[in-house]
Amino acid sequence: MARELLAGWGRTAPTSADVCRPPSNAAALAALAAAPARGVIARGMGRSYGDAAQNAGGMVISTAALSGIGWADEASGLVRAAGGASLGDVLGFLVPQGWVLPVVPGTRHVSVGGAVAGDVHGKNHEVDGSFAGHVVALTLATPGGARRVTPGDDPDLFWATAGGLGLTGLVLEATLRAVRVESASVRVVTRRAGGIDGVMAALDAGHGRHRYAVAWLDGLARGAALGRGLVSWGDHAGVADLPAARRAEPLALGPARSVAVPAWWPGSPMPVPAVAALNELRFCRGPDVETTSVEPLDRFLFPLDAVDGWNRLYGRAGFVQYQFVVPFSAGDVVARSLDRLRAVGCPPLLAVLKRLGTADAGPLSFPMPGWTLAVDFPASLAGLASVLDELDELVAGAGGRVYLAKDARMRPELLAVMYPELDRWRARQRAVDPGGVLRSDLSRRLGLLGTIAGAG
Amino acid sequence: MNDAQGSPQTVVVFGGTSEIAGALLRRLAARRARTVVLAGRDAARLEAAAAELRAAGVTLVETLPFEAADTAGHQALVDGVFDRHRDIDLALIAFGELGDQAALEADPEAAAGLARVNYVAAVSVGLAVAARMRAQGHGNLVALSSVAAERPRRSNFVYGSTKAGMDAFFRGLGDSLRGSGARVVVVRPGFVHTRMTAGLPPAPFATTPDAVAAGIVRALETGAATVWVPSILKWVMTVLRHLPGPVFRKLGER
Repeated sequence: MARELLAGWGRTAPTSADVCRPPSNAAALAALAAAPARGVIARGMGRSYGDAAQNAGGMVISTAALSGIGWADEASGLVRAAGGASLGDVLGFLVPQGWVLPVVPGTRHVSVGGAVAGDVHGKNHEVDGSFAGHVVALTLATPGGARRVTPGDDPDLFWATAGGLGLTGLVLEATLRAVRVESASVRVVTRRAGGIDGVMAALDAGHGRHRYAVAWLDGLARGAALGRGLVSWGDHAGVADLPAARRAEPLALGPARSVAVPAWWPGSPMPVPAVAALNELRFCRGPDVETTSVEPLDRFLFPLDAVDGWNRLYGRAGFVQYQFVVPFSAGDVVARSLDRLRAVGCPPLLAVLKRLGTADAGPLSFPMPGWTLAVDFPASLAGLASVLDELDELVAGAGGRVYLAKDARMRPELLAVMYPELDRWRARQRAVDPGGVLRSDLSRRLGLLGTIAGAG
Repeated sequence: MNDAQGSPQTVVVFGGTSEIAGALLRRLAARRARTVVLAGRDAARLEAAAAELRAAGVTLVETLPFEAADTAGHQALVDGVFDRHRDIDLALIAFGELGDQAALEADPEAAAGLARVNYVAAVSVGLAVAARMRAQGHGNLVALSSVAAERPRRSNFVYGSTKAGMDAFFRGLGDSLRGSGARVVVVRPGFVHTRMTAGLPPAPFATTPDAVAAGIVRALETGAATVWVPSILKWVMTVLRHLPGPVFRKLGER
């Protein structure tokens, strides 16, 4: 076990912890039992943007070596994956056999444990809900030992774990329900829309017609064009949808294509005018009317994976990804946020808008019916801290919430406002971890476990 | 914990009545600071500063008697602060004396006393804080140095030499903490209008406690290891550092 400096994918606020890499479930349980005074948290692929998977001065258990994947019940599509297996690896196992995971986030580099702990969602939340809704059973390493948890047998612990940010234990294994597909391709319909209202109207109009729906927004455009973007809808392609050349092997996943950010990339963030120019190009190349294409599954689902190490594009001080959801009735918050960010000179370099559907039973689970906007900024941007505080208030006031698995800067006082079931979650968390062994920088910073700031 | 933009929740100030510290704490209280420990000598002034912070929304303010020259007590004092508040996100080393150059030259014992406060005490507090930050795996240690640390001037070289010593110490300490999660920020303000400088003729590029505080907050956001306030002093001093002695002395006479 060695001290290592750890940060989230946003590379902000790095802290050091003793990192232990157990080679087996038994070793993971032993490590948990030997937690030091400053506690322990699990870490998968380190793709949480903020400080959810770090634990300053304490222990961090890396699940990297717990990576087995196999069928639990092939006939009914139940796949068993270790907590450290990546969703990309799970798909690599499933897709050639004609299955996919029903819910994946925008990157394949997320561990199964992390997907549970963040209760991640994809571009199909309105249709399929979030990740935990397709988890049949979990094997959880808790401070009291290993426990098998299902939503039926122990709903309290199961739903405290879904979106519970690793604070109920370490996911050793999950049994996931896969769904059948005919091909490894997606039929994609794309069109551009001239402003934020147009984008939202397009997403509204497409509601219920497709499995996947997402909009990329140009947060750097000015005036009426602010929030213009490309709206994409997708459905798993049948064999008949494929070009003739791909029909022979419809389930073949092409090699994962990506380029890497070069090692010489400077320590400063991408210049805004360059990003604005790229946005302009991307928008103008988008089709004016709905246009259909067939794309490889992974390219459609994982746009973030096209550039390896893209987090370094934001420079040495890292970046903040801010994601909120507001009820459909408060959809104006989306436009007001973009306006406000533009007005104070903090336009987002990347902005993604989606509709979310019914919430699941996780008290800390992020999704709820409404609009969700995710925006990226260089962390060192002057004025960013106060404008994001302002947006927090706007979002909380509208009955919305900020995504904790991505958070790196929220004002702790708003936690209970945004997550009204917080106390219920705390009671369940305390029941499974009465000794207060499970802790993270995020839990300390937000006072998630009950006391704000300073609570060890 | 510090957030993504370096905003601390728990702060300790050594030299708690410093005006720069006050200005910084006002800014931090408006962000995330909810626990502040003020360690200093003047109990009445500390209490006044504490009252202001409580009014600004800091939920827990502790005042603590702290004698910089009493280096033997530093370790226990620092340990006490870390033990009571568990995580300290930001520690500010803000104590120091300016002294009167002519009087100091005439009284070697007084000059040694100034060095004990400005340099020796900063070393002992700095090491005690660094050890605890290393153990907790995070934290920002902000040290108030001075532009006077850059090149000694005839008019205040006793003070300047003590700041040069503490400046070098904290830069080295910062290097030693790399990879630990803890970080050091060395702040080099120019002439700051404060109690300490009241009555002195202001130097060029004079600044205010709030401007220094803003510079520190910015350094916490960007991760800079050194801050000059105003920032142009970095370039001014880069030139002055290399001036030939006679030219530099001539400038100093003006």
